[in-house]
Amino acid sequence: MENTITDFDHKSEYTKLNLGPTHPATHGIFQNILTMDGEIIVDAEQTCGYIHRAFEKIAEHRPFYQITPLTDRLNYCSSPINNMGWHMTVEKLLGVQTPKRVDYMRVIIMELARISDHLICNSVIGVDVGALTGFTYVFQWREKIYDIFEEICGARLTTNIGRIGGLERDFSPACIQKIREFLKEFPAILREFTNLLERNRIFMDRTIGVGGISAERALNYGFTGPNLRATGVDYDVRAMNPYCSYNDFDFIIPVGINGDTYDRFMVRQQEMWESHKIITQALENLPEGKYFAEVPQFFLPPKEEVYNNMEALIWHFKIVMGEADVPVGEVYHSVEGGNGELGFYLVSDGGRAAYRLHFRRPSFIYYQAYTEMIKGSTLSDAIVTMSSMNVIAGELDA
Amino acid sequence: MSEVNNAFLLNELQDQFSANIFSVEEPYGMLTIEISKDINLALLTFLNKHPQIQMQFLTDVCGIHHPDLKGKELAVVYHLHSLVNNLRLRVKCHMSIDAPQINSITSIYSAANWQERETYDFFGIEFIGHPNLKRILNVDEMDYFPMRKEFPLEDPTRTDKNDNYFGR
Repeated sequence: MENTITDFDHKSEYTKLNLGPTHPATHGIFQNILTMDGEIIVDAEQTCGYIHRAFEKIAEHRPFYQITPLTDRLNYCSSPINNMGWHMTVEKLLGVQTPKRVDYMRVIIMELARISDHLICNSVIGVDVGALTGFTYVFQWREKIYDIFEEICGARLTTNIGRIGGLERDFSPACIQKIREFLKEFPAILREFTNLLERNRIFMDRTIGVGGISAERALNYGFTGPNLRATGVDYDVRAMNPYCSYNDFDFIIPVGINGDTYDRFMVRQQEMWESHKIITQALENLPEGKYFAEVPQFFLPPKEEVYNNMEALIWHFKIVMGEADVPVGEVYHSVEGGNGELGFYLVSDGGRAAYRLHFRRPSFIYYQAYTEMIKGSTLSDAIVTMSSMNVIAGELDA
Repeated sequence: MSEVNNAFLLNELQDQFSANIFSVEEPYGMLTIEISKDINLALLTFLNKHPQIQMQFLTDVCGIHHPDLKGKELAVVYHLHSLVNNLRLRVKCHMSIDAPQINSITSIYSAANWQERETYDFFGIEFIGHPNLKRILNVDEMDYFPMRKEFPLEDPTRTDKNDNYFGR
């Protein structure tokens, strides 16, 4: 019998391609098993868990302060937001009211973290389409943000910043000085970066219409953050459920139209301007007052006091050993993280550690749409789609 | 049109599912209902399609293990969000550890796909109708469900460290 084109099974000609787990273009440990028809992706399957560290299990065995370093390692590009989100969750459980100064200081730190997160993500989109220049320009500015963090808490990447009820210390004059310098010099750099990419013909051709998703599908997939806003849905936790006095500030929520890679890039660009605006307002109107709330049973006292003051020593011991009373209850609190709604579902049974702590990790939830977004596109488009989604391996695998 | 708030939401749910709603709480302002596990799909579909409530955003799915609650040791907790009304709802479905089966909600929310896989991975809750129910974060060869409370974090045979002093 002669072979005709009709009884030829073209599926048998598909190629399986392993993209990752340690592919240089995926910026993290992600494995995608792609089914390719020539250059076109027919199907993809993601494998997760390469850096799974069982944070939720560990959290069930640790007092609240020891959970903060775990949250650092979720979205490590913006760890201060995770730290603050966790502290605010505990404060919500305990019913702690923080002073305005704490809120404003936190807002400054969180927005700086957002800028550093978006800087990495957007410059890496440039790298993945072959434009390395922007990346090298802005990385120095991420460095400057880390210098500010260092001035505030002593750490740079995994910051472990803040305390339940406030911050560990007030902003030093040097820190204020550094923030002011950053605010003054950053717009010129961001404008330069914008000029490099935003209207760059090659960049536009590589990103417009690539990896798009509709607003309906994005909502159904649980998208949040810049990825959702790029589709035109103006959901932002900072505006919808204002926490940390975000309703005091004047800022807009940029949205896109098509939900493609270019829109995601543009939304992040605009968000950096908005973050700059928020930090300026917060620093201008930084209220006087204490940098912590009056909750001695949870706020770790400063070291000098621990050494010289009996009461502080007792509190310090009790907090470190997890002796403070915690109410029984369950609470969900979410913050607008670098890449979406970062939620903490905390169930407390009154014990030292959380009975159950679940992290709502935005990139874990929206990364499952990746298959749908890259079907029918080429491999090179899949790479740039992935970097524009800002999937962070640490957060994906928890 | 009446305002959509917790009271309205609860009223609508009681009208439809009163026999299957076991308890109602409002911790920290979020309406929390405990329902029969058999109606999870029906209730979430109702909330999703309701013209006023419009709970079209699934925030979170997670499991929880209460070894002391005999007959309803495992629970699935859904966090839902109506973006139109900015209203959140928590739905809990308890089930026995001997028959940990519940309907999958992937037919309404694509977001549930991986989250249900995660819940299966850590708690062993089987989601009926899930398109691809297999482990997601742990290795495929694992033969237990590590987030259940019977698995201690550290070596249980250790005697030099008293759990009463260190964490739980």
